[in-house]
Amino acid sequence: MARKVRVLIAKPGLDGHDRGAKVVANALKDAGMEVIYTGLHQTPEMIAESAVQEDVDVVGLSILSGAHMTMFPRVLGLLREKGAADMLVFGGGIIPAEDVEELEKLGVARIFGPGTDTGDIVSFIRDRFPAN
Amino acid sequence: MNRRGDIGALLERFGRGEVAAAARLISVLEDGGDEAERVLDAIFPGTGGAWRIGFTGPPGAGKSSLVHRVTGRMRARGHRIGIIAVDPTSPFTGGALLGDRIRMQSLSADPEVFVRSLASRGSLGGISNCTDETADLLDAFGKDIVLIETVGVGQSELEIAEKAHTVVVVLVPESGDGIQAMKAGLMEIGDVFVMNKADHEQAVGAAAELEETLRLKDVPDGAWVPRVVLASAREDTGIEDLVAVMVEHRRHLEERGLMEKMRRRILRARVRNAIMDRMERRLRESPSVRAVLERRMEAVYRGEASPYRVVRELEELVTIR
Repeated sequence: MARKVRVLIAKPGLDGHDRGAKVVANALKDAGMEVIYTGLHQTPEMIAESAVQEDVDVVGLSILSGAHMTMFPRVLGLLREKGAADMLVFGGGIIPAEDVEELEKLGVARIFGPGTDTGDIVSFIRDRFPAN
Repeated sequence: MNRRGDIGALLERFGRGEVAAAARLISVLEDGGDEAERVLDAIFPGTGGAWRIGFTGPPGAGKSSLVHRVTGRMRARGHRIGIIAVDPTSPFTGGALLGDRIRMQSLSADPEVFVRSLASRGSLGGISNCTDETADLLDAFGKDIVLIETVGVGQSELEIAEKAHTVVVVLVPESGDGIQAMKAGLMEIGDVFVMNKADHEQAVGAAAELEETLRLKDVPDGAWVPRVVLASAREDTGIEDLVAVMVEHRRHLEERGLMEKMRRRILRARVRNAIMDRMERRLRESPSVRAVLERRMEAVYRGEASPYRVVRELEELVTIR
């Protein structure tokens, strides 16, 4: 059977707006991927544990609260600790340009800002998992 | 060696109890093929210990929320839990949105609970083709209870009965017509019926009606009599009762030696299905079978040979000693 790309879409922290996360989750599903959506208010620990148990290829974090500089490094660190350093982590939300640069240095593969075409996110993942 | 990593190394890490290795092995099982079989061969001796419980019922009845509540109670009793949550794959795109974790959020913080979302992929029955294998893996990983949550449509209720020792059917007062349509199958396979959303004004009446319908069925002496429990996953009420009845069902099976009987029946069906799948694939992929089909279909089109005549000719090619 052909491999399927599995993606975890998570909302860390306190902000309660998950429309963006849901739009992305739907777009990836429509692109033929298996998308696990965790719902709101996830701690980095919950996100990393879910990503590991679900054995996803990709983790997408949506953050609108401004907590990105703590959330992303925490999730990346926990994934490494749990033996899942090979997972591709990307993000979306309102994140200033200087932080984007910093996050990409830390190992976040890409940050998608407001107004991103979902097609760009699909091709971003497809480029890295061409078999699917 | 594949993208999942070396199977031998994964199995070794699995043996040491590493969650990431167990998770990756489930992906190997889902991918199927020789590597999946190698994994199953290796882990199978470690299976057989887990109590497999199916949760089925119409969409929106609250299966995920109940699984979440029941898991909390079972954890308090010291059980180690594996959960398999199946959601549908789109037949058009092959994609799937797996959302059962939304209702099981607090479980992600408990390392003794392993939740795996499976997409139904090619299966029509409301559970993934890989459900048994994933349950095996969680079983061998040391989970003593494996909860399997079905999609809730199609024939899931019937398929789950072939995989679980205890089947919990989740219903809600307002699902009325939906239940009517599913009734025949559901009524026959449920060991425990939960009328969820017990805070609903019609819940008590609906539960009584359900009880009455169940009593119409002849139950042989000494056999398990299906039970109805009123509960509310949202309000967290009735869950103790539900767990108590589930435990009672298990004890009923064990005291009468039925657990072992059921285990054997389930395994026999699995072996039979696996043989059929393998034989079908071999026939489909066999060049000589294809050649005969290619050659003889013309005769069938012209009405000179009946379909069964071609079957007999094919049978001569196949030797089953």
